[in-house]
Amino acid sequence: MTGVMRNRSARRVSGVDRFLTVIRVVMASLIIIGILAFVAQQIDPNNPFARWRNPGARGLTGDQFKGLLISGLSQGSMYGLIALGYSMVYGVLGFINFAHGEVFMVGAMSGFITSDKLHAAGWWESNFLLSLTVVTLIAIVTSTFTAVITERIAYRPLRNSPRLIPLITSIGVSFFIQNAVMGLLGPATKSYPKLPEWLTTVRSVDLGRVFVWIAGILVVVGLLWYLWRGGSREKDPTADAGELPVSESELPIGEKVGQVAATLGISVPALRWLVSVWIALLLLGFLVPGKVLIFAITGTKITVVTVAAVSMAGLWYLVERTKTGRAMRAVAEDKEIAALMGINVNRIIVVTFAVGGTMAGIGGILWGLLFRSVHHMTGFLPGIKAFTAAVVGGIGNMGGAMAGGLFLGSAESVAPLVLMEPLGIPGVSQLKDAVAFTVLVLVLLFRPAGLFGERLSQEDRA
Amino acid sequence: MSLLEIRGLQVTFGGLDALSSLDFHVNEGEIVSVIGPNGAGKTTFFNAISGMVPPTEGEILFDGESVLGLDPNQITEMGIARTFQNVRLFPNMTVVENLMVSQHCRTSQLFVGALFQTKAFKKEEREIRERAEEILAFFGTRLTGYRLDQPAFALSYANRRRLEIARAMATQPRLLLLDEPVAGMNPMETAELTGLIGRLRDEWGFTIVFIEHDMKVVRDVSDRVVVLDHGVPIAEGSYESVSTDPDVIEAYLGRPLESRKDRR
Amino acid sequence: MTATLAPSGSSVALDWRRALLWGGICALSLVSVSLIGLPVGMNKRILIEPVLSLGYLCLLWIPLVFGYVATTVVVLEGVEARKSGTADLLAGLTAGLMGGIGLTLLMVGLDTVNIRKPLVNWSPQLFRLLTFERGLEFGIPVWLGICAGLGLVGAVLHQLPAVARRVMSWVLFGVMAIAILEAVIDDLAEGFHLEWLTDAMYYKKGGTEGLTVTSAVVLALVLAALPVVTGGRVKAAVDHYRDAPSEDRRRTSLVLFGAIGVACVGLPMILGGIVNELLANVGLFLLLALGLNIVVGLAGLLDLGYVAFFAVGGYTTSVLTSSNSPFFAPEWHFGIALLFVVVMAATAGLVIGAPVIRMRGDYLAIVTLGFGEIVRLLFLSDWLKPYFGGSQGITKVNPVELGPFKVQGSDPRSVFYLVLVFCALAIYVSWRLQGSRLGRAWMATREDEQVAEAMGINTVNAKLMAFVVGATMAAFSGAVLAAKVGSVFPKSFEILVSIIILVVVIVGGMGNIAGVMVGSLVLIGILGGPRQPGLLQEFQSYKLLIYGALLVFMMLKRPEGLVPSARRSRELHQDEYLQDAWLGDDAESEEDQGAPS
Repeated sequence: MTGVMRNRSARRVSGVDRFLTVIRVVMASLIIIGILAFVAQQIDPNNPFARWRNPGARGLTGDQFKGLLISGLSQGSMYGLIALGYSMVYGVLGFINFAHGEVFMVGAMSGFITSDKLHAAGWWESNFLLSLTVVTLIAIVTSTFTAVITERIAYRPLRNSPRLIPLITSIGVSFFIQNAVMGLLGPATKSYPKLPEWLTTVRSVDLGRVFVWIAGILVVVGLLWYLWRGGSREKDPTADAGELPVSESELPIGEKVGQVAATLGISVPALRWLVSVWIALLLLGFLVPGKVLIFAITGTKITVVTVAAVSMAGLWYLVERTKTGRAMRAVAEDKEIAALMGINVNRIIVVTFAVGGTMAGIGGILWGLLFRSVHHMTGFLPGIKAFTAAVVGGIGNMGGAMAGGLFLGSAESVAPLVLMEPLGIPGVSQLKDAVAFTVLVLVLLFRPAGLFGERLSQEDRA
Repeated sequence: MSLLEIRGLQVTFGGLDALSSLDFHVNEGEIVSVIGPNGAGKTTFFNAISGMVPPTEGEILFDGESVLGLDPNQITEMGIARTFQNVRLFPNMTVVENLMVSQHCRTSQLFVGALFQTKAFKKEEREIRERAEEILAFFGTRLTGYRLDQPAFALSYANRRRLEIARAMATQPRLLLLDEPVAGMNPMETAELTGLIGRLRDEWGFTIVFIEHDMKVVRDVSDRVVVLDHGVPIAEGSYESVSTDPDVIEAYLGRPLESRKDRR
Repeated sequence: MTATLAPSGSSVALDWRRALLWGGICALSLVSVSLIGLPVGMNKRILIEPVLSLGYLCLLWIPLVFGYVATTVVVLEGVEARKSGTADLLAGLTAGLMGGIGLTLLMVGLDTVNIRKPLVNWSPQLFRLLTFERGLEFGIPVWLGICAGLGLVGAVLHQLPAVARRVMSWVLFGVMAIAILEAVIDDLAEGFHLEWLTDAMYYKKGGTEGLTVTSAVVLALVLAALPVVTGGRVKAAVDHYRDAPSEDRRRTSLVLFGAIGVACVGLPMILGGIVNELLANVGLFLLLALGLNIVVGLAGLLDLGYVAFFAVGGYTTSVLTSSNSPFFAPEWHFGIALLFVVVMAATAGLVIGAPVIRMRGDYLAIVTLGFGEIVRLLFLSDWLKPYFGGSQGITKVNPVELGPFKVQGSDPRSVFYLVLVFCALAIYVSWRLQGSRLGRAWMATREDEQVAEAMGINTVNAKLMAFVVGATMAAFSGAVLAAKVGSVFPKSFEILVSIIILVVVIVGGMGNIAGVMVGSLVLIGILGGPRQPGLLQEFQSYKLLIYGALLVFMMLKRPEGLVPSARRSRELHQDEYLQDAWLGDDAESEEDQGAPS
């Protein structure tokens, strides 16, 4: 009974692997050729290499390129905000919450309703900032409410189901919300009221100056913080020393660095990162010729990026420095053990959804401010792209989600004109959406764990 | 020549050496047991042989051919089958289906045969079914009769372990790797399974390597015992010699306070 | 749902909190449904003239359901269930009443305030509908009464024997179905020269539809009498079928399928054009669903970009058979085009499948979604316009000529027959593959891929095969679509299509051919496809809402689908299965008596 039919065992490299290698090579070469052609056409539009694929090559001016980058980054920050929700839910529950894009849409929609009412009452123009605050708060409330309700109704009963079932359910929820909103508010596209002049005028911002200023502020703040913490540490020797350095205690310099980090209350890698950012800011501020860093940007876009950054910082603080955040991280690592440690897992999951919903709601308002039009299908594509961003950055990893969002936004904005047009593809603006999906496929092929590495619980790792 | 020859096997995860400089060989028809305290790397050892974990260094030769870099299904085709420590059956497939699907690499009918219901297809299906029932009959009447069509998740624990072994048998291997075959069984079931392991070699001609913690089983059925600790083989030989080896005792029970031997 | 565990056998004091909570949700649902526009939109569809329209039905089922749900007692195995008492009736009443209060507030609001700006359905029509055209004084008490009454009825349902409940739901469902399927039944009656029957049943006067009150009552009585007459023989037959050894079951299945086949061939002859058009659509989507069934149901690969294969089939056929194809117009015959369709589909299956083969389940879903979109965008793009016509697509696809038969869009019956042929083929292939070596390999891969590999299965090849087979079926459907419509546009190949087919497969019963057939018939037939209307034209705008709600509902309550395969429901209800086995089956204890031979 042990007859063995030894088939011809192929080596590890199967047909599929070879095919994938071909794809990698082709895509890599396309990207490189595209970029080279772009560079060529920038240098000299009449260059034969530039004209090879794209006879109408004109190249981009510096200002155009910067404009693309700015829109890309502002759109990307919104993707990042939405991606945070996807990333957190995936980290905790292990499935893609398709309905999260609709949570974003609900936020944008309720923002529209509120701002419309305020506009009709005349308050939008007279008290813009107050109105904006009200609008944002209401948007946050509605989107958080939506997120929490969907969790309670559709996902909690499926906590122990095989993995694909919550995913499919979320598709159903997504459809339902889209069409319920369409039913309630009508299928027409809604427009936000006009924004005040001072927000929409195009300003010229000298980024170099900004960098220098930020560096200066960092130094001052850092110094003050260090002195304050250092003082209080001496008073209380048992105070939390942060994460102590591991293997550099041999080197005297390393020891100093470790002590500084401990006094500041951050880890050594974080300190290193902070210092490098500071140096980079100074270098960019002082060394780069003035013209390059002068951007023409509208106040709206500045607002978008700033609000996104502040939200991200707030989220970071919540997750890293509060008790709830610690509990969230614990539940994301291992639900069962977290429950054994006395954490109310259900409540934490609700909090996770709520926080994700809040971020999406903020994203919705920003979208409304930037693009001023919302529609019941507005959440669909950005939702998918935001998930792509989360994957690109590393699923479960919040910094990664934001970074992925920025990356995707810029790629989407820049790639059509920098990559595809030089390659001779006409009508590239239509294919903008395809860029996002292509990025998803490429990232999952080249680097499945994302750019910054994923953070998942054991049970969710395939 | 040995059926399975392993030289200098090294498996490293991150900074941890799960296995290092492991030499191992099994001759055809032998029953070798691999023992060692928890975390010694025994399951990693099986994972390396069956292709689920790529070794960092070393050579694994099965019947003279290297299995490094092959996919697990290719290794199974070559004739190595294994069971899992935490019984991983196909829970929603029936008992007989579990065995039929395990014969996949030994059968050849493509879907064309299924579509046209060719004679060859029907013959092969019949043979697959018969072979499955034959293997199950090896375990008595426990897994036969109405049990054949029960889903695997409905079986009792002991039956699941038996089905796990039956499934490995169905791949028609030459070498059978059993990962803790009697874990969790009561003494009666253990004794029965010990006898079965012997019969697997005597009646079915398998070469067997098994991991165990139950020393009675190890003593009763193995020709040779290999002891692993922290990924390194520390003793090898008959049960008697190994069970009295001071290094082995130390690995399991710790070293006495008086003798401070630095083994590492 | 919070259950109240009471000492067994006693009835407890009214759980006010629970009743109020469910009442609140009931009120919210009623108001939301009204504001989404369902009642007004569906009002034109009369079910029972002149009393009941579909619009009102959308509202009426809510308090009934909430009355039932608010008083559901969780039954624990082995613990004697608490009996339903007056407290529960009160609870149901309260829940319903609160719903009525919600509607009252809505009506009052409609009368006083105008917030039509955001809420488009905050309209006079809604007001008129809610007040039955007779003003607030009439509307408010009526709704309070109706809702409270229905809530009470819902609660009473618990106190009826299960048999009565089943009869009631069967009667309700049956009457509704007969009312809704009026067009089909009319057509059938015409074909069999039974017009007198339908004339009697339906209102037929003044152009409106619906049953008459008398006929509704009569039908209700007839339907109620049926189970009494058959005396549970139907259930016994079904159970007998389930428990029969596979050989007998095979024979019965074959007979059933044969009967269905005869019906499929015979009925279109009798039915009119509209119904045939519907059936042709059902058939097209059935073909798609059968293919997705193999990919999702058998191999466990959630392919959300399935529509890409549909597009490949449609465009390949158009390019090869149309005179209007921009780049390459050989104008070959449909049959030859089909061969190329197979090749292109298999290639597409491999190209899309290969990168996703090693990905996790959810990633696979999103990436295939992305691929689906990329394919559509490529077909839509100006870049490939010289080949595929861009947004204008490719028109003037010739009708198919197979000897004496001509298949073209204007003759839906012919389209249906063509689709039927392909569906029969697809059903046969699915059936055979399920019981084959490949089918088992798919099952094992779906269960535990690592272990499947350890058992010698080349999971990569198995998955690729699933993609290829699924792609081919979808491509065939695309080919028939091209021939039917006479053109292909990128607009027909949106992600929506993939998702609708997914809903069909899941609601029908994943992995189960009969389930998929039922799912297509019910969903595509009644609700309609992504762009095609179903039997109920009124549902057009709310179709997707219902699809979404249905998907969520099925996943929560009955994930194995309407027609579950035994295996799937076993899989999804493992705990119940084990508990049943433990409670009922004492054979486990014999287990240790079986010594090895």
